[in-house]
Amino acid sequence: METTIALAGNPNSGKTTLFNELTGARQHVGNYPGVTVEKKYGTYKDNGSRFSIVDLPGTYSLTAYSLEEVVARDFLVNEKPGMVVNIVDASNLERNLYLTLQFMEMGIPVCIALNMMDVAETRGIDIDADKLSKLLGVPVVPTVARSGKGKVELMNEVVGSLHGNGSIHLDISYGNDIDKALDEIEEKIKAENFLTTTYPARWIALKYLEQDKQVMERGREVSPEFSREIEQIVINASDHLNKTLDTYPEAMIADHRYGYINSILKQGVLTHRQDRNRLQTSDKIDKVVTNRFLGPIIMIAVLIMLYQFTFAYSEMPVGWVEGFFEWLGGFTDARLSDGLLKSLIISGLIDGVGGVLGFVPLIMFMFFGISVLEDSGYLARVAYMLDRIFRMFGLHGSSVMAFIVSGGIAGGCAVPGVMASRTLRSPRERLATLLTVPFMNCGAKLPVFVLLVAAFFAENEAMIMVIITLIAWLGALLVAKLLRSTVIKGESTPFVMELPPYRLPTFKGLLIHTWERTWQYIKKAGTVILLIAIILWAMMTFPGLPDSEVQVFEKERATLLSSAAGPVVDELEHAHEHGEAHEEEHAGLSPAATELEDKLLAIDYHESEAALRHSIAGRIGTALEGVTKLAGFDWRTNIALVGGFAAKEVVVSTLGTAYSLGEVDPEETGSLSDTLVNAPGWSPLVALSLIIFTIFYAPCFVAVVCIAREAGSRKWGAFSMVFNTALAFILAVLVFQIGSILGY
Amino acid sequence: MSIMNLRQMAVDQTGTITAVKANGEMGRRIRDMGLVKGTEIRVQGRAPLNDPVSLRLMGFTLTLRNNEADYIDVEVTQNP
Repeated sequence: METTIALAGNPNSGKTTLFNELTGARQHVGNYPGVTVEKKYGTYKDNGSRFSIVDLPGTYSLTAYSLEEVVARDFLVNEKPGMVVNIVDASNLERNLYLTLQFMEMGIPVCIALNMMDVAETRGIDIDADKLSKLLGVPVVPTVARSGKGKVELMNEVVGSLHGNGSIHLDISYGNDIDKALDEIEEKIKAENFLTTTYPARWIALKYLEQDKQVMERGREVSPEFSREIEQIVINASDHLNKTLDTYPEAMIADHRYGYINSILKQGVLTHRQDRNRLQTSDKIDKVVTNRFLGPIIMIAVLIMLYQFTFAYSEMPVGWVEGFFEWLGGFTDARLSDGLLKSLIISGLIDGVGGVLGFVPLIMFMFFGISVLEDSGYLARVAYMLDRIFRMFGLHGSSVMAFIVSGGIAGGCAVPGVMASRTLRSPRERLATLLTVPFMNCGAKLPVFVLLVAAFFAENEAMIMVIITLIAWLGALLVAKLLRSTVIKGESTPFVMELPPYRLPTFKGLLIHTWERTWQYIKKAGTVILLIAIILWAMMTFPGLPDSEVQVFEKERATLLSSAAGPVVDELEHAHEHGEAHEEEHAGLSPAATELEDKLLAIDYHESEAALRHSIAGRIGTALEGVTKLAGFDWRTNIALVGGFAAKEVVVSTLGTAYSLGEVDPEETGSLSDTLVNAPGWSPLVALSLIIFTIFYAPCFVAVVCIAREAGSRKWGAFSMVFNTALAFILAVLVFQIGSILGY
Repeated sequence: MSIMNLRQMAVDQTGTITAVKANGEMGRRIRDMGLVKGTEIRVQGRAPLNDPVSLRLMGFTLTLRNNEADYIDVEVTQNP
């Protein structure tokens, strides 16, 4: 079996870059069991040695508070990698070594990759790597991950150290009081063999003193009495510290870790050739980019650019994908005989898969854009500037990206939006974000709004669209607030966040980033989403019309044809054989034949309407009519909304079928608007109620699948369907009922 | 010079941390990032809405919200 090497380090230390350098294309992405944290692993091969390399999540510390830190810690404890390669940012040595000390406390063999030596150099920082290695007692190899410099030396060092004895000796004092308690607890633990098969004894003692939830819970499980015994020692030590020095053990321990680092660095390891807090280029950029007045303006411009980039440039490739599936549909249509199989393949499989893959270019562009902002360091500034606003609603400054992409500027898409919430590091804020972004007005909801606004509010079209966008934002933020005070209750995660120096992203890193995320989406599309597409197709197809009714339509056709003049029928049949009549808009047909064709189509449409009403979806729609009347929706609207679960623009085409207009192209809804204006049961109030419902009700199933995946539980996917639909219905009923009372 | 709360510090003011009064998760996160007794900091700037605040310490930039800054006392060493 090949040895496992774990890559660990602070965020922004160049860890991912080094991982890409070491593994090249031989890497995979998975998840750690049971959690949503990404697990990246790959292989490194060089002059006969071969390692499995795991990229641990970037962390500043190893506490039990954040998911990433627990994941990293559990991996080290359970998988026992042969060595931890700790990537340390040389330009930021003091804070980076804090994590290094914690690996050493765990007794794991560590090799330090002293990265970004070039940056340190330009900032006037001199580091004596040999001295650092000697004082810490671990190997230290200078590297520049971006250019791959030092990579070979690093791996040679790792190979060498693996064959050495690898024992770690950390000589650090946490102050007399803590040291005494540590010794006492360590001895007891060793005597009892308490948890020692999993963790080193002194580390357990240290974690008890730090009040580490995870370790203490495990301890209580194994032996409640013994655990209580240790806890008592901790309480005594804590009381004593509190009385004499007005501090807590965990504060004391942190102080001494930094003290220890400081004492090492001061022994000639680190020399500054200039004041280390002087303004760097990055700070000068920040003076402008986060300026009180210029900052917000620049930010809005950047967000609009991201939006433009994602949706404008992806338009063409999206068109290609859609075009391909249209062609495939047409190709199949011409080759298969009419029937259920054909309907399944075209309406179920091809439309379903095509609809899902149509998002792929969008997702690629979005992730590319976000990766640029993230890797350059700008995203952290956006979070910094907007945090004050988003915090009021229980969210985080970084939430803004997900909202914008989902349609915060009308026309986005909730699928990449939900995925964009990954940039959030705080779990509660992240969950609240990904549950509320589907309220934004995505591109697929727009045709529905355009249809209704054009039909009923034609005079104020632009203003109504702006109001719809504002309603979506307000609704999303208020719901976020509601969720954060109920189901996702909890203190807001501290905003203690690093503003990394601005950096030019590496193209390779961007591509790998983008591809990984896109591929995950495609994989999902191939399984769950395809299944749901078929179920939705079946709901709108089965059961078919009973023969007796089909015959009624057949008879109508026969009567029509027999009453028409012979030559006209012949002309039409001839045209049909050449497949022109439907597509070519009756081109070249005589007026009489055109009239006949229209009448035949009308019968077809009536049959489709009857079939739709007869299907499961139709029955659901009809059955719900009693309830949905409260919001002003009849069975036709209900079916359309059921169809909208497949993709929101389907609402328009299904309404078309339900009104016997055939399938209406969402891009050209003129005839449908006219029909709606004159249809009984429709009014501006109903339209408004439907607009409200469409903003808030269940996200399309692709988004639901993504929510379930990103939230790490199907429960949240189900929640977003049920909760959103209930909320939408309540709001629509309110609008309709209050409007009715006011006499609209 | 005087000891004051981090929240009250002005942009470009420099000082040494004298106490971090938070414990639990908040305390851990603050300390993990190097905000411990004895660390020198400089207030680098404030967000457009005055909150969060950005600090310079150990050669890197850190942001925290005002209600988190409340836990930190600083002895001012240099005024802008």
